Parts: sequence; structure tokens; C-alpha cells
Amino acid sequence: MISLLGRGLVLAALFFAGTGCLAGFVAGSRRNQRAWEWARNSAYGFAASMIAANLLMVYALVTHDFSVSYVAEVGALRTPLYFTIVSLWASLNGSILFWGGILGIYTALAVWSLGDRHREYAPWAVHVLMGIAIFFAFLVASIANPFAPVLNPLSDGPGPNPLLQNHWLMAVHPPMLYLGYVGMSVPFSLICAALLAGRLEAGWMVPVRRWMLIPWMFLTVGINLGGWWSYAVLGWGGAWAWDPVENASFLPWLTGTAFLHSAMVLQRTGKLRDWTLVLGMSTFLLTLLGTFMTRSGVFNSVHSFTQSNIGPVFLGFIGVIFTYSVVLLALRSHKLDEEATATDQRIGQRTDGRSGILSREFMILLQNATFTVFTFMVLLGTTFPLLAEALAERRLSVGEPYFDMFALPLGLTLVFLMGVGPALPWGSQAPEAAVKHFIPGLVLGGVLAGIFGALGYTKPMTLLALFLIGFTLYSNLYEFIEPVRARMRARSEGPGVAALKVWSKAHRRFGGHIAHYGVLMAVFSLALTKGYRDETEVVLNTGEVTQFHGFDITFAGGRWTKEEHRDAVMARFEVEGVGAFEPRLNYYAGKMGGNPIYTPAVYTMPTGDLYFSILQLDEPSPGNWTVIVRLIDQPYQTWLWWSAPLMALGTLITLIPARRQNRKPEAA
Amino acid sequence: MSDMMKKRLLGLLAVIAAMCALAWIAMGSMGDNLVYYWSPTELLAADNAKSHTAVVRLGGQVVPGSFHPGEGSGISFDVSDGVNTVHVASTGQPPQMFREGIGVVVEGKYGDDGLFRSDKVMVKHSNEYEAPEEGDEVDFEKTLANGDGSR
Repeated sequence: MISLLGRGLVLAALFFAGTGCLAGFVAGSRRNQRAWEWARNSAYGFAASMIAANLLMVYALVTHDFSVSYVAEVGALRTPLYFTIVSLWASLNGSILFWGGILGIYTALAVWSLGDRHREYAPWAVHVLMGIAIFFAFLVASIANPFAPVLNPLSDGPGPNPLLQNHWLMAVHPPMLYLGYVGMSVPFSLICAALLAGRLEAGWMVPVRRWMLIPWMFLTVGINLGGWWSYAVLGWGGAWAWDPVENASFLPWLTGTAFLHSAMVLQRTGKLRDWTLVLGMSTFLLTLLGTFMTRSGVFNSVHSFTQSNIGPVFLGFIGVIFTYSVVLLALRSHKLDEEATATDQRIGQRTDGRSGILSREFMILLQNATFTVFTFMVLLGTTFPLLAEALAERRLSVGEPYFDMFALPLGLTLVFLMGVGPALPWGSQAPEAAVKHFIPGLVLGGVLAGIFGALGYTKPMTLLALFLIGFTLYSNLYEFIEPVRARMRARSEGPGVAALKVWSKAHRRFGGHIAHYGVLMAVFSLALTKGYRDETEVVLNTGEVTQFHGFDITFAGGRWTKEEHRDAVMARFEVEGVGAFEPRLNYYAGKMGGNPIYTPAVYTMPTGDLYFSILQLDEPSPGNWTVIVRLIDQPYQTWLWWSAPLMALGTLITLIPARRQNRKPEAA
Repeated sequence: MSDMMKKRLLGLLAVIAAMCALAWIAMGSMGDNLVYYWSPTELLAADNAKSHTAVVRLGGQVVPGSFHPGEGSGISFDVSDGVNTVHVASTGQPPQMFREGIGVVVEGKYGDDGLFRSDKVMVKHSNEYEAPEEGDEVDFEKTLANGDGSR
């Protein structure tokens, strides 16, 4: 019954996507009002059916209807309700359905927020968005059908992947990442709409940039949570290993970040137009590549990815989107030039058109170049093993040192530019003024590096990173503090009133600065953990004590525990003056039965983490346990986790529209 | 218009040139940082220049009876693919699942003395793992790709 209903909903979604795509085309090319209404209603229809199909699958999972193939694949009676719901994205077919559901949510919100404005563009946007929707609805309806009926259903199933059940982060990290990935289809559609319409006005860049900001924020949070999950579950005490799956999510983040900045240049000066469009389109393509790489199993082996049908079909779709983007840019971007003369008044009205080297736009240009090189190098290192296997039958991977080698200088360059850029005006500035501006920042950078140097963090790269962090921190803060001080002097306002006034005048710009502070927190944490992480492996018997980084750690023994959906064995460590920590090994029945899932315990302090991870735990004689434990000292680790909320907060502030009376073309 | 085209063409050429230069640099440093996924047979067959300098992920089965807890925290055991066997000494502690007969991946370097020195022992541990039945052959391809039990 559910199988039938689910299939019906998915086919309805496919139908609506088809009519929406068609009607969008007609509405765009003929300026036809009835077609536009059709397109819009079809988009809502697609959204409603896809979301309903997802809810139906959740219902099937919760009611343990093992006659639905996907439930039979990942469901189990013993799995707690919470993880049963989360199983929606536990496996391939469910996650493609989930992809479609999120696309539905984005479609509905985007179409609703465009409303009846932007009538030259909106139908084209719906046309492209529904074109993408056709592909995903088709996948769910055919080769990735999670609603296939099971003829002789069993009374219980194997349950989801234990790694999914082992930590609450696995319930948050994938949806965040998906919200980031899928959402990139919206800015892609809006960009294509501009090319199809043959014009690009400042007014259209506002929704384009806004719809890039939303998925970018989710992607940022998703990547960060992924690192946290890896740290909290995998037991090696690290957040990032340049693993292909990690790189897959990082690539669109790089181009997306570059886009958000180059779009500002476009909005302000009318420059970098085609380049900005290329960045926006690449971001969507890279999310598709990311989905393909993480979901087709291509990294297990190039040759095994064909075992699932999705791999080749997905690769074909990436090819189609790539070709479409290139052709669209080649055929239509000159149309934007013709329009540009007509719209110059609106796009780039705020400068006289000259840009010096000491200008914000030039710094953004450098930033874009750096991000592009970064993207290129990561892409090369990630895809090289695939090419090596496909072309030369070589099985290999690219080691972390390759990535670290360029990530360090490029990352520090970006931090530096992040300090210089916001402090420079659009247009140009005299060198003397700029130098004067930067001196206090250089001093703060020196102080920060000096403090940490005195604390014993003396590696040159760490000190350089801290210096740049201090410089950039001041440089961004100054942009807020200076106008506040000026107001207090000129109008004798109190600091609170002045700050509020300054804030409300350009809150979107300060939102961007808050996102910058988040980046600085992440770099701060990475600089110290990369350079000063310390780990050791210790063998302890019950009652024995070991010393590590000033902590007296007693091994108090182990114990078995039985929980609803798993067994676990845990070791108890008592840290003098702090408390007890119990890292554990969880054993799940089902697919990975018998294999323990490592679950470390962490003592978190602002200045660093003490990390316990069991390697082996045995009870050779009753009451006498032996543990081999990995102890890790991770300085300033927790700062990395807090960087993402700060970046998200900054993005949210930027998303609040500027107030009408002081509306500028782009205040951020 | 043709001026515009010329400018664009020049820009495109500059980008392509820059990308080639970057790719050249990247390839050079990638070559030094490649990790090879080899079975014992492939390791022994590879030419010495490579097999004795590169980082290798050696995959195979722990030969029953070959495991020795060494002095201090080190261990040693033999890894076999059914054809050839390589002697492995590891400074890193193996994870809980480690036992004789199980499929493992060890990361390290192959010494001139024929000893494979490793600091990482990983047990087959994949997303879509299915417990091997008694007498099952170890799937080396999968083991090599998925070994991430404990880093």
C-alpha cells in the first residue's frame, strides 16, 4: 500500500517537474502570463509531492513496514525511534529521496520569495530548477526507487549503519550538508535565468547572492559538523584528513565563498561579471560532483561504482549540466554586454569606474585568485587517484602532506587578504592612508603572537598564523569601532546608542565581519592543533596511574553494559581534580555485527581537549582489566566547533534585508 | 567587438597557462606524497626505487601463528595475500578487532632488510561491511580501500 502510494507521489513529482520545466520555458520566451502561473503551480506541485513522499517514507520507517524495500534495507524493530527517523538518509536510495525532498523545500521557498517581481527572470529560473528536479524525480522513480514493494517481507530488518546510530551528530551533519548541496541548485538556476533572459541587472543580483548565502551557510555548518563527528567518533582525534569525501564538501565551499565576494564587486562596480557567473555555476557542479563521489562508491574502486546504477547516470547528468553551463555562457554572455550599457546606471553606480591596487575590489580579486588555485589543487588531489585507477590500473591515494603543503600558504594568504580587504575603500586609496590604517592591526598581531610565543608556542608557522589572525581581527573590528567613535565625538552620543546607530546603518556588512571572526576562530584552532597536538599510547591494568600533560589519570577498570540497541564495553578513567571519563566500544547487531564502533571520551577546556580513545580493552582475569588507550592533548580544539555557529550567525545577519529608507544597492 | 574577443582570448590563454603551471607544480609534489595500495605480491613485484621510498598501504591477511607482541609497545606479524608473505613490524597498537586471520591494512615503508615498518594498523572496517563467514576469502580490493578502523 505504502509502496503504491509512494510511487504515485514520486511519479506526480516527476510530472510536475516536467510541466514546470516546460511552462517555465514558454513563460520565459513568450512572456506568457498563463504559462507563468502554470510554471509556478507546477513548482509548488513538485515541492508538495516530493515532501509528501519523504514524509511517507518516514511513516513507513516508523511503523516498520518491511514490505517497502528501503525499510527492509535499513529498518529494525530494535532501533530507537530517533535513529529510525534518521535512517531516511542512512543508505543510498533513501538519501536520493531526501535530496529530492530538500529540492522540493528549496523550490517552494525560492518561487514563493520571488513572488511576482523579477518577471523577466523568474520563469527562466523555474524552467532550470524544474529541469534539475526532473533528473532527481526520475532517479527516485526508477533506479533508486526506495518504495519498491517486497514480495515476501520479513518481520524484522538489519537496522541502519552502526556509524549512523553511534552519535547524535550523525543526525545533524548529513541534513546540513544536504541543505548546502541541494540549495546550490537555486543560485545556479537564477544565474542561468539571467543568461537565458539575456540581461543582468543589479536588482537580480540581490536574490542570486541571497540564495547563494543560504546554502553556503548550511554547507559551512555541515562541513564543520562532519569534522566534529570524525573527531568525536573515529578515535584518531582529528577533524580533517583530506579524505576524498571531505574534499567533496570542501570544493563547493571554496568556489561558493569566492562567489559571495566577487558578487559584491559585480554589484558595486559592474566588474568581474562573467567570472562571478562561472563561480556560481561551478559551485553547483561541484556539489553534484560531491554527491556523486560520496554516493556512488567510486572511491572504493573506480570499477565497483558501476555496480550501482546510479554512478554512471549521475556522471552523465554532471556532463549534461557542465555542457549546458558552458554552452549557455558562450552563447549568451555577450547579450549581457549589450544590456550592460543600458543598465550601467544601476549596476556599479557608486564608483567612477576606476579601481586602484589599494582598493577593496582588487583585494577581492586576489582573494578570488587564491580561492581558485585552492579549488584547483584540491580537485586535482581528489580526482587523481580515480584517474590513476581508471587509466593506469594503479590503486593509490594522495597523502595528506600534498594537501597541507599548499593549504597552509594559501590559507594564510586568505587570512591576510581578509584583513586588508575590508579596511580598504572601493575605488582606490592613497598608500599613506592605508599604511596608517594598518599599523594598529600589525601591533595587535605582534602582541597575540608574542603572548603565545611566551606560552611556548614558538613554531614559526604557528606564530605567523597568530600574527595574521591578530592583524585581521583588529582590521575588521576597526571598521565597526571607528564609526562608533566618530559618532560619539561628533554627536556626543553614548557608546551604546552610537553602536546601535552604526550597526543599523550597515548591519549586512557587519554580518560579513562576524563571519570573518568565525573563520579566524577556525584558523586559530587549526594553527595550534596542527602544530602542537600530542598523543601517546599507554597500556594500563586496573588501578594503575599514568601522567599526561599535567593530568594524573587512574584506570579504574572496565565494565560491560547492555542497551536497547547495542552492547558496549567501557573503560573508566579517573582524572584527579577533574572527574571520570568513560570511552567505550559499542557493538551493534546487524550489518557490522561483532565489529566495535570506537567512541572516545573528551574532556573539553577552552585551552584544549584531553582525549581518551580505547584501542583494546580486555578482562584477562575477573575484575582485572587491561586497557590500551590513546591519550591525546589537542590544544584549543573546541574553538574550531564554535567557529561554525559564528559564521552562520554572520550569514543570518547578512540575510536580514536592509531597511528601505537607507537602502543601498548592496550594503554587505 | 573584435577587441573584446581578443581580450577574452588572451585572458583565456593566460588562465590555461596558469593552470598548466599549477598542474605541473601539483603533479611534482603529488608524486612525492602518493600512497600506494599494494598486496604483498604487488609490493615484491614493484621496482625497488619505488617500493623502498614511497608510503605503502599493504593489504592482506594476518598469517595465523605469526603474531608476536614485541618489546615495549611494538608488535610484529606476517601479512599474506595467499601467494606472498611480508613480515611487518608495527609501532602502533592494533585496534580491538585485530586477531590472527583477519584482513588488515598496514601503512608504512618497506625496508631494504625486507621488513615492513608500520605505524598504523587498520582492520577492515567499511560503511557497508558484512562480517566474513568462516572460510571466506578476504576481499583485498575492499580492504585496501576501506581500512580506517583506527588511525
